[in-house]
Amino acid sequence: MVLLSRKATCNSHGQDSSYFLGWEEYEKNPYDVIKNPQGIIQMGLAENQLCFDLLESWLEQNQDAACFKQDGQSIFRELALFQDYHGLSSFKNALADFMSENRGNRVSFDSNNLVLTAGATSANETLMFCLADPGDAFLIPTPYYPGFDRDLKWRTGVEIVPIQCSSTNGFQITKLALEEAYEQAKKLDLNVKGILITNPSNPLGTTTTRTELNILFDFISKHKNIHLVSDEIYSGTVFNSSEFVSVMEILKNNKLENTDVFNRVHIVYSLSKDLGLPGFRVGAIYSNDKDVISAATKMSSFGLVSSQTQYLLSSLLSDKKFTKNYLRENQNRLKNRQRKLVSGLEAIGIKCLDESNAGLFCWVDMRHLLGSKTFDAEMDLWKKIVYQVKLNISPGSSCHCVEPGWFRVCFANMSEETLKLALKRLKKFVDDETSKRSCQKSESQRLKGSRKKKITNISNWVFRLSFQDREADER
Amino acid sequence: MVSFVTEKKQNLNLLSRIASGDGHGENSSYFDGWKAYEENPFHPIDRPDGVIQMGLAENQLCGDVMRKWVLKHPEASICTEQGLNGFSDIAIFQDYHGLPEFRQAVAKFMEKTRNNRVKFDPDRIVMSGGATGAHETVAFCLANPGDGFLVPTPYYPGFDRDLRWRTGVNLVPVTCHSSDGFKITVEALEAAYEKARESNIPVKGLLMTNPSNPLGTTLDRECLKSLVKFTNEKKIHLIADEIYAATTFGQSEFISVAEVIEEIEDCNRDLIHIVYSLSKDMGLPGFRVGIVYSYNDRVVQIARKMSSFGLVSSQTQHLIAKMLSDEDFVDEFIRESKLRLAARHAELTTGLDGLGIGWLKAEAGLFLWMDLRNLLKTATFDSETELWRVIIHQVKLNVSPGGSFHCHEPGWFRVCFANMDHKTMETALERIRVFTSQLEEETKPMASTTMMAKKKKKCWQSNLRLSFNDKRRFDDGFFSPHSPVPPSPLVRAQT
Repeated sequence: MVLLSRKATCNSHGQDSSYFLGWEEYEKNPYDVIKNPQGIIQMGLAENQLCFDLLESWLEQNQDAACFKQDGQSIFRELALFQDYHGLSSFKNALADFMSENRGNRVSFDSNNLVLTAGATSANETLMFCLADPGDAFLIPTPYYPGFDRDLKWRTGVEIVPIQCSSTNGFQITKLALEEAYEQAKKLDLNVKGILITNPSNPLGTTTTRTELNILFDFISKHKNIHLVSDEIYSGTVFNSSEFVSVMEILKNNKLENTDVFNRVHIVYSLSKDLGLPGFRVGAIYSNDKDVISAATKMSSFGLVSSQTQYLLSSLLSDKKFTKNYLRENQNRLKNRQRKLVSGLEAIGIKCLDESNAGLFCWVDMRHLLGSKTFDAEMDLWKKIVYQVKLNISPGSSCHCVEPGWFRVCFANMSEETLKLALKRLKKFVDDETSKRSCQKSESQRLKGSRKKKITNISNWVFRLSFQDREADER
Repeated sequence: MVSFVTEKKQNLNLLSRIASGDGHGENSSYFDGWKAYEENPFHPIDRPDGVIQMGLAENQLCGDVMRKWVLKHPEASICTEQGLNGFSDIAIFQDYHGLPEFRQAVAKFMEKTRNNRVKFDPDRIVMSGGATGAHETVAFCLANPGDGFLVPTPYYPGFDRDLRWRTGVNLVPVTCHSSDGFKITVEALEAAYEKARESNIPVKGLLMTNPSNPLGTTLDRECLKSLVKFTNEKKIHLIADEIYAATTFGQSEFISVAEVIEEIEDCNRDLIHIVYSLSKDMGLPGFRVGIVYSYNDRVVQIARKMSSFGLVSSQTQHLIAKMLSDEDFVDEFIRESKLRLAARHAELTTGLDGLGIGWLKAEAGLFLWMDLRNLLKTATFDSETELWRVIIHQVKLNVSPGGSFHCHEPGWFRVCFANMDHKTMETALERIRVFTSQLEEETKPMASTTMMAKKKKKCWQSNLRLSFNDKRRFDDGFFSPHSPVPPSPLVRAQT
């Protein structure tokens, strides 16, 4: 028996959770309109596949960037050798501008405060390594992205303490919930180093409100050792940019530039969702604290962005005409697609979270379809949806939701036809479930009635009842 | 006063211990050389008196061969007209298994660079953020904080960061001596193992770089077998960093640990792991293609999950897959690379021979291990540092002092040769010639020299004070291969 590290032998990578199991099932039997029309439709993957045509047409018109050329000369060699962890400055400048545009240019970003990382996965882990020691804790509002359990905790030794949010107020963060989480951490003898929010939220598909942001800022103003990390990876998926309030905006509007709070607020970003380029592994950390930038930059050595990719994207994002058009088109297409899902679900009697105005998914309320208000019942329902209905959606428990019955359903990683098919399958399932229930209901009512009769031969009575039952089903 | 202290303490507490400490290794005084180069980089036309970069182990000799291929194969890019129809599939591909064609092509390439004497299984190929990311991942998989890895000296300084910084793992040096060509002996291994035990450091593995950085030597079959046997017996892991596998030239042949384990009966393969990368063999450090290849299934599984923190860009995977599947190109590239490395190495060694400067016999790597022990005032590292500063500031060559590689003996310097063209090499050799002849002048008896010579101080004994006006830049650090490095003269001269 060969000894490996504790990290290698434990389960903190989080990949035994149902979130990943659903993926595995999908991998075994993936839907394909021609090759496998009965397969599982992937609705558990928050990907943005709606705007590839815009990227492709830009590439067609900008072949120089595509072919590693600058002013007609091949710069392949320079790119091949470029491994400076400060990143390609033209790329960082373009990225900083793009981030501003995403926020309606209400704030501006300094490219010197940007650190490039291999995806947001790496950015989040790197920030934990910079801000917290093993055994320290970060407070995170539930429900949250299941990947955080791996990204924030696994190799860093940092703990997550949930800020419990509930459907009573649309899962918004309350002052009470925040303070309870803080107290809970203290009870567990954990030193709280920060709060991490995802804004817009995954899995809720909503932007964080000003009220919530003010609660958070009040808290970190009071607790001077606590950082606020805002994962704004979905910032470009807000259907209407004016509804998105970034933490950077709060810093600016509340004039916090010369306070200690300024250095304790950090953003994580990526091009995986907004541009639909998860394969390119482009993540970023933005901070006003030069020590964080310095440490994170050195750590980025463990996961730099390929220079080839930096160069391509610096050209793409420097094209302001393209970015303006792209952002607008992206928002429109996402909004339209979301509306189709929401109305389709409504027609089946399934509601989505109110006020959802962003993201690549809906937070769907299936509590009324649960056998009981338990997570076991949620798992039962989820298994039916994956194995019978053949839709891979994500159960709320995998997102650490405190209430059973909520599911995250993605809509931006498929064609409209596939979405329609998914809704059709779901409708059939819900209709079947509903009629099963009404049969069960009338059956239990019948049972109540027959118990009142005096019956001498119990077995005859049972036989007669079950025969009648079968007849009812065939109808 | 009290509140100032409290505030400062609070500021210090704001970052983690890892972030506020020195574990990144970039505060070492060895960055003076890089700084000098950064301030005054050599350019044959614009700055002929600038510092020549000989501290950067990069393979820039075959960039033209590579570029020719890239221009000839637009379909290898997903962005060109020819490759565009693959764009969206590649752009969304973030599966940590990596593109199958990428893994197959890399496995094939690894076989070619080991003269096709071993087979590599594409399913054991795990991606990482360069070899930097690969080493850290392996450390996370095999060791807990406080554990140790044995590492033969001299070794690549980056290991101090890559293996220790965020992992909390210790490095225990295995001392190697010039008296036997810096061979890794079983006695040295046992001594280091014992020392670790005495210091209460549980040893979890042995990390060796073969071909060696900074020595440029390759391990022979017997030595490799002894390392495998030693680690097997102690039930510790053997990590072979084979990043310079294809940089062998001349007579020497590279023998991979993959080959040797086939020849050892009852070898416990669960203890054998290889770290690889395309940064040196192919000269593509910017593309961040690191590989963990383990014979241990569980390590493959876990390292693959960890690769999420440093996957190779799918755009790059696609390009590499196409490039490395072109076997004719790969054969031509490896062949050309070896020829050019041999030629550049010969140029340097012939020049040094002519000046009576010794160097360690070696036929691999992108550098030479130069022997300047006889130029030291005293056999101390202080003297080595003094000599080094003279080489940087007067001779204007950025070379790397042996002390920065944890060499046991002062007086050795690593000199890189594959990141410059022929003219720059000539210039470097000329500067060394001038320097050594100045030294000869100074050692002539006083009576036979002119008044001018009397006034001349021994240049390397002068009290050279380095002035750093810009502390911020110094703190930013330059040592990491990922630190800001202006384009090497070779590349700049072409553009």
